[in-house]
Amino acid sequence: MARRSKEERKRQIMDEALKLFSKEGFFEVTIADIAKALGMSVGNLYNYFSSKEALAKELILYISKLLGNEIRKINLEPITTKEKIKKIVQFYFYTAKERPELIEYFLRIYLSHREVFKNGCEGMICVGPFVTEIMIFFEEGVRSGELRDQDFFSAFGLFMGYLGGMVFLMGEGMLPNDIEYYIDDISQNIYLALKQ
Amino acid sequence: MRVFWLQGVTCNGNSHSFINLSSLPTLLQSCTFVYHPLLDSLPFYEAIEADFDILVVEGGIKKGWHRGGLEFEKLFLDLANKAKRVIAVGSCAVYGGIFREYDESISGVLFEKDQKSRYFDELQSKTINIPGCPAHPEWIHYALVCYKPLLDEFYRPKEIYAYTVHAGCVRNEYFEWKVDAKSFGLKEGCLFYEQGCQAPYTHGSCNKILWNETASKTRVGTPCFGCTEPDFIQRDLFCTKTFMSIPAKMPLGVPKRAYLTLTGVAKSFRIERLSKRLIDED
Repeated sequence: MARRSKEERKRQIMDEALKLFSKEGFFEVTIADIAKALGMSVGNLYNYFSSKEALAKELILYISKLLGNEIRKINLEPITTKEKIKKIVQFYFYTAKERPELIEYFLRIYLSHREVFKNGCEGMICVGPFVTEIMIFFEEGVRSGELRDQDFFSAFGLFMGYLGGMVFLMGEGMLPNDIEYYIDDISQNIYLALKQ
Repeated sequence: MRVFWLQGVTCNGNSHSFINLSSLPTLLQSCTFVYHPLLDSLPFYEAIEADFDILVVEGGIKKGWHRGGLEFEKLFLDLANKAKRVIAVGSCAVYGGIFREYDESISGVLFEKDQKSRYFDELQSKTINIPGCPAHPEWIHYALVCYKPLLDEFYRPKEIYAYTVHAGCVRNEYFEWKVDAKSFGLKEGCLFYEQGCQAPYTHGSCNKILWNETASKTRVGTPCFGCTEPDFIQRDLFCTKTFMSIPAKMPLGVPKRAYLTLTGVAKSFRIERLSKRLIDED
């Protein structure tokens, strides 16, 4: 097997850690469990991440960049804000369905265990790439006259709180339909709530 | 050096600014004002027949407008063609300024807002622009004594206008850490986020060459109004235009993504010292 680069190996560890955290819970999974699942020694894993906290912070940054990059692509498309809303909802629900560990980590670990992230992940630091793109989405929506001007957080809370709530319901097995069933209505609701 | 100071549609602000030049007595040893509205000089009708090197224009140019029985545009062009150099002083002479907001026939020497004026081709090779409302006396002095300064796209000397008004502002720490000024007139806080300050995207050395050798707008707690730029004057000067809480205009040359990324990081920390009064009165 070809030798993996350090970056590839790091990413492999992060993907495995996300799966285990999502399945077993953050506090139940140890560095040793992650190493074992990957067939590597604990000592070697520490070459990549100095502690579980360090890994936890890298993970949220990794997810934030991944989500931010996708929303950036949508922001750069020459389409209306209404269409962008639908694309963001579609992408978010698709990710929640296909890679639930990403969104679950954000909702159930990052937002629920702030003490893990208190040093080095304060405020927007580890979620900057994602929040920046959402800010640009809103700013351009208002600038183009499609969205109503208001405080950023009142709009951000409505959009992301709504999506997070739906994914939470999906995770709890409480949605009677597949999450993608709700894309059209939810996109429409968000647009109607935020439009000029 | 012989100078003719011509006033068009103006409030006289630049004439008044100029006579605050602290080195004016020294300048007057080598510079004669053939005509100036406030300084000792020849009577107007004699002055227009006299020889001179530099024409300073203060105020906007209005066609069909008469001054002392003379058609102003013709007077301006006759004097400008006679001069070796032309200096447009103040934003009205440079871009048309505040008077142009009410009468679009009023023009600057080379520009009408950010568009070339009808005099551009004829006069661009010998004109220097010193915008400001008013222009700083030192800037006017610089233009009088500096023969061929390097100019930017609006014919402003780079030595003065390559800086932003933000450079040298004593509130820069608050800008770095995104601490807002809570109200107008406070010593603490940056005026960019709420109070309408245009310094981060306005060209000028107000915080490098101080006014009255003492202060600047932003140092005393007033937002910069962007008076050196072609889009001066705008409305709601004491209020930052935002879209969804994000400033509508970014600091000069800074992409929105870069600005928002840094802002997010800076706002994640609370710097205790910057949240207190500078001089504790308790």
